[in-house]
Amino acid sequence: MNGSPAAKRRLLALLALLAVFAIACDTGPQDFLKSQASVQTQKADSLWDVTFAIAVFIFVVVEGLIIYALIRFRQRPGREAAQFHGNTKVEIILTVIPSLILAGLAVPTVQTIFENSKQPPDALRIQVVAKQFWWEFNYPDLGIVTANELHLPVDQTAYIEITSPTNDVIHSFWVPRLTGAQDAVPGRTNTTVITPTATGQFWGQCKEFCGLSHSRMRLRVFVEDRSTFDQWVADQGEEAAEPTDSLAQQGQELFVNGQCAACHTISGTNAAGTTGPNLTHLMSRRTFAGAIFRMNEGNLRDWVADAPAMKPGSIMPSGLKSMGLSQSDVDAIVAYLLTLE
Amino acid sequence: MATAAHAQKGLFSRPRAKTGWFSWVTTVDHKKIGIMYMFTALFFFIVGGVEALLIRAQLAQPNGQVLSADAYNQVFTMHGLTMIFLVVMPLGSALMNYFVPLMIGARDVAFPRINAFSYWVYLFGGLFLYTSFALGGAPDGGWFGYAPLSTLQTSDGMTFYALGLQILGIASLGGAINFIVTILNMRAPGMTLMRMPVFVWMTLVTSFLLLFAMPVIAVALFQLMFDRVWGANFFDATVGGDPVLWQHLFWLFGHPEVYIMILPAMGIVSDILPTFSGKPIFGYAAIVFAGIAIGFMGWGVWAHHMFSVGLGPVANSAFALSTMFIAVPTGVKIFNWLGTMWGGSIRFKTPLLFAVGFVTMFVIGGLSGVSHAIVPHDGQQTDTYYIVAHFHYVLFGGAVFGLFGGMYYWWPKMFGRHLGEGLGKVHFWLMLIGFNLAFGPMHILGLQGMPRRQDTYPDNMGWNFWNLISTVGAFLIAVSILVFFWNVVRSRTKGEEAGADPWDGRTLEWATASPPPEHNFDVIPHVTHRDDFWHTKYATDEEGEPVKVFAGGSGSDENIDQVHHTGHIHMPDPSFWPVVAAFGLPVLAFGVLYISTPTLVVGGLILLVGLFGWGLEPSAEEH
Repeated sequence: MNGSPAAKRRLLALLALLAVFAIACDTGPQDFLKSQASVQTQKADSLWDVTFAIAVFIFVVVEGLIIYALIRFRQRPGREAAQFHGNTKVEIILTVIPSLILAGLAVPTVQTIFENSKQPPDALRIQVVAKQFWWEFNYPDLGIVTANELHLPVDQTAYIEITSPTNDVIHSFWVPRLTGAQDAVPGRTNTTVITPTATGQFWGQCKEFCGLSHSRMRLRVFVEDRSTFDQWVADQGEEAAEPTDSLAQQGQELFVNGQCAACHTISGTNAAGTTGPNLTHLMSRRTFAGAIFRMNEGNLRDWVADAPAMKPGSIMPSGLKSMGLSQSDVDAIVAYLLTLE
Repeated sequence: MATAAHAQKGLFSRPRAKTGWFSWVTTVDHKKIGIMYMFTALFFFIVGGVEALLIRAQLAQPNGQVLSADAYNQVFTMHGLTMIFLVVMPLGSALMNYFVPLMIGARDVAFPRINAFSYWVYLFGGLFLYTSFALGGAPDGGWFGYAPLSTLQTSDGMTFYALGLQILGIASLGGAINFIVTILNMRAPGMTLMRMPVFVWMTLVTSFLLLFAMPVIAVALFQLMFDRVWGANFFDATVGGDPVLWQHLFWLFGHPEVYIMILPAMGIVSDILPTFSGKPIFGYAAIVFAGIAIGFMGWGVWAHHMFSVGLGPVANSAFALSTMFIAVPTGVKIFNWLGTMWGGSIRFKTPLLFAVGFVTMFVIGGLSGVSHAIVPHDGQQTDTYYIVAHFHYVLFGGAVFGLFGGMYYWWPKMFGRHLGEGLGKVHFWLMLIGFNLAFGPMHILGLQGMPRRQDTYPDNMGWNFWNLISTVGAFLIAVSILVFFWNVVRSRTKGEEAGADPWDGRTLEWATASPPPEHNFDVIPHVTHRDDFWHTKYATDEEGEPVKVFAGGSGSDENIDQVHHTGHIHMPDPSFWPVVAAFGLPVLAFGVLYISTPTLVVGGLILLVGLFGWGLEPSAEEH
């Protein structure tokens, strides 16, 4: 066959491309090309594998035929164009074959759609409330409210209800290795199911454009073995410890009786606001503000002093510029926050 | 509004200029309007391209510092709006305007003044949208404008969006009605529907899509306008509004919109490939009906943009199926283009390169499109760079390559001179390589979990390498576009002169001079075949098979140029009322934006004066 050298070149080019893929695809924490970590994403991934293989096959055949035609039928001295208007048999075959391939893909797709939508019995119930620009996680049956970092036990199915406050905007909950995106729509509750199959830390982020800090609305999921998870649940269930250090006590005074309490809850105190994240066990989290800053004293101090300067569009006002705090007030509040283990 | 010479004619006498800038302002000639559409769209292409380069400069490295988060959101929103509404759609309109009447053997469109009005509304709508940059900030809620973010954003940007797109929609509707009536009523004798060039067919399908899609987005935009300007609550969940309503309306418009952008390019390619293969199109009926099928099915796939909204498994399954099966007519077209080249004698001229570029890139965009229908995995792909890659392979690799092909193909007809072949080929190869470098890696970035619409990304995500490559590709595209513009400038003086039929064309536009006279054809052609002009140049053998035997028919270059018409041909006269009426719309929009009664009154008066002047003026003066 005349076209085989071209086809071979094409194949070689494709293989080279795949090799470059493999080298350049440095697996990042949100990569879902490799290592799916839940039953649901594994199912989706196996559908993808089939689809991708078929797509590559069609790509090679069609592009190969185009290149073959361009070379074989290029204008040369003595070449006359054949004059024909069509070929009904070929046209019918080339309509039926793609239809059959698509029908073959459609059946498992629809099956998986329905499987993934079932509410499993004995699932761990979790409510996700997406807000500009962070995540609130509630475990209604365990009495836990936390933010930006979700803890799940391995091999137990979690049934996740996702929403957004009615005065907020649309967000989308997405943890690539654990679950595909599910939108958080004001006034609606969507659900998704995650059955983690491996322990570890998994990253996710908001996937529906939600304003100035859309790219700074991230989250982390910690999938833990049963005993670690149970320990975490027990710790989160406790009330906040009373500060002993005088600076921290001063900070608590400022926090509970000042503007902080209007938006934040610290259980065991009078601070019971719900606009911002629950801070009862703030220091048990590794990150804050949409999982973008490491939880440490320096970052917390900058944040309390001037949150909008650190994160564009932050709803938390600037401590120094808008809330009337002095730098020493900020230091005291941070000293208090550091006690919230 | 005019120089002294024109002012003395007053507002009440008819403009007569056939040359000079005033002739362009008042023209109703479909060819001049087409040229204005083309250069306006190319101007906005530069603007939208600069926005694209800003985006890529920002994302070249992690934690980019080129743009602030606020500026980035404005720039990516305006890039999308510009490329869709101010570049790809009007560039299609430009070629439809110029060539549909020529291809069906007509002397103008059915409503020449509405045609001029559509152009001016488009220009003023585009400029209105861009004034937002100077008036407190451009739209910053994405081209998709999802409520309630679009109702809550605090700058006036999204109000500009609601009003600007409304104005542009009026331009599209006017154009759509014009083309439908022109194609259905003004074909030359013998030009039956099934003898029309495929580009004319695709224009007809596109026009029907516009006719039905624009009212849908108009409703949504009015709701958004009322929510933003007068505090209505269509999309406010706190008082029982529904944010998802916007998405249904937007995508019910938005998906047909995709086909509105791609079908004209498919038509162009379906005319370029036969010409340069020296063969009739393979499976004409199939390719026409596939276009019509895409037009119909395009209305039943909109919710594949909403698989993660939570519509439920039944709706998601239904839209997954419709999305898969719209690939069938699309595949038919690709096979027919391949069949058209098969057995031909392919001349590698620049238009052919762009047409083949279209087909090869569109295959990739089509295949990635099918993968979105795999709903369980779409939850991963959706809103990632995989989607950005997909639709750029459709709209840039597809539509833009096709439109450039059309420009190289028809440039000699429009201006009497060729664009340079050498520069054209440099443009093509730079653009093809740049395009694949810019958008190919985005497939991988998407699968590596990089979401769209992010102003920055941290550097530990494994996204650095491909983002850098993508930026390099974007700048390579920019270089190729500079080559194109250099080619345009150069061709004005140095371009090879084209006769009436430089490509051995098949369709009627090649039967008249380059550029065509104002009245297009001295004698309206009588059509007896599909590819009628080709049949006037070549005979058929005794078995009825067409063979390339030069017959020296009446269509040869020498003869065309020598046929001069002597009698009077009735043509519509120029008019300045379309531009007056069109100018009323942005004034009205500013009135709504600032809730300013005087501005509303002035805008309304301008519009009314324009429409009355128009209504009371005969379409052509008596001679």
